[in-house]
Amino acid sequence: MLEQMERIGVESVPIIGLSSLAIGMIFSLQMVQLLQPFRAEIAVGTAVAVTLARELAPIITTLMLIGKNGSAMAAELGTMRVTEQIDAMETMSVDPIHFLTVPRVMACIVMFPMLTLMANVIGVFGAWVVAVGAMEVESATYLDQMFTVLRARDILQGMLKAGVMGYMTAIICTFYGYHAENGAQGVGEASTKAVVSSSVAILVADYVMAMIFWG
Amino acid sequence: MSLIRVENLHKSFGSTEILRGVSLGIEEGEITTIIGQSGTGKSVFFKHLIGILKPDQGRIWFRDTEVTAADTTTLVEVRTHFGYAFQGAALFDSMSVAENIAFPLREVLGIKERKETARRVGEMLDWIGLPGIEKKRPAELSGGMRKRVGVARALVTKPEVLLFDEPTTGLDPVLGETINDLVVRVNKELELTCVVITHDIQASFRISDKIAFLHEGLVAVEGTPREVARSTHPIVRKFIENSFNELEV
Ligand SMILES: Nc1ncnc2c1ncn2[C@@H]1O[C@H](COP(=O)(O)OP(=O)(O)OP(=O)(O)O)[C@@H](O)[C@H]1O
Ligand SMILES: [Mg+2]
Repeated sequence: MLEQMERIGVESVPIIGLSSLAIGMIFSLQMVQLLQPFRAEIAVGTAVAVTLARELAPIITTLMLIGKNGSAMAAELGTMRVTEQIDAMETMSVDPIHFLTVPRVMACIVMFPMLTLMANVIGVFGAWVVAVGAMEVESATYLDQMFTVLRARDILQGMLKAGVMGYMTAIICTFYGYHAENGAQGVGEASTKAVVSSSVAILVADYVMAMIFWG
Repeated sequence: MSLIRVENLHKSFGSTEILRGVSLGIEEGEITTIIGQSGTGKSVFFKHLIGILKPDQGRIWFRDTEVTAADTTTLVEVRTHFGYAFQGAALFDSMSVAENIAFPLREVLGIKERKETARRVGEMLDWIGLPGIEKKRPAELSGGMRKRVGVARALVTKPEVLLFDEPTTGLDPVLGETINDLVVRVNKELELTCVVITHDIQASFRISDKIAFLHEGLVAVEGTPREVARSTHPIVRKFIENSFNELEV
């Protein structure tokens, strides 16, 4: 489980950090340009922070992790299936589902929200740098308004969503890996199917959860 | 009464019938070899013995337990009596050689003590002629070495029944002989029941108490090496004639 958490969590910090920074900066740039004619650019901080917390951070994090870890999970279990390692476990009185799936699911439930939180912080920072640094928006008011409107609830519910999506990703990806067949080709197929299915599933789930939380 | 009894085993994958009514008895303390052409379902047959695969029809008993009707708990209990050396070794590639061999010690026998585990792992590596490779990863080993480690992992718990799926295929003749000797040795010294799938007809005639010849989903011929050697079944004859020159037969 610690190994899984390290692989999903620690090793994903750079990629998630980089992508959330980029999203925050791009988003901010667009928003400032859009809102400047209305003299409303001060609201950019709020807009970025709230959308990041509610939607962008969980979605970006999850999609990144599906690509990076979900596919690897499916491929790893798939390889174990086609090389009879899963059969071998069964012969040694070990329940392979429990042994292989539980640590991965737990690691995802813990790490997805943590990385989402990190994506929030870095994204907001990126947006602030662009708005204040490049577009000359006034910093104090920008931050003041952002913290007035943004609620802890937004961040927590975003993290909760990430947790649910992490759970779904782990279940779907290990499922496809576990049921892989037909050698190396089957492992490739399992990995592809795992990525496609979990991406679609989390987008649907995200919409449903958004309806429940903020609808 | 046989230790393992297989009755009328049927198994299909999709529309291909692999096993079409296999019946066989495996006697306690004996070496039974299973011979047959590639793809006749020998490995599939093995997986039924310990309930990894479920038959479409037919029954299997281990002592008084019906494996084919066992619930999970019973199946786990039954499996503790078996060691299984897989055809492709099936080593866990996320673990070292030592961890692989220690895995059944910990999971099946519940031995967690470091010293005891290390001692037993070392002993097994000596047995298979590969001392000192504890720290290596399966990916660093040759095919033959992996296979022998797979045999060691099956042996380490000293189970009552050992299932060897082609333990000598892919090894050079000298190494193959070592493994055959190992099978005989665990059979005699530890009094284990051994079931061996092999393509090495000569060795099977030498080491087995009983030979079963699997052909087209059925046991075509079974008996002592002597009986099988006299069989008139055409495929069996072909197998034997290709493996021995006239003089030896
Ligand atoms: N899980 C599975 N799903 C579908 N088909 C399978 C499965 N396992 C085995 N088969 C098929 O069953 C047949 C018998 O396979 P098996 O591995 O038992 O052959 P074998 O007698 O062990 O051959 P070899 O001597 O080459 O090892 C093969 O045609 C194989 O494709
Ligand atoms: Mg086979």
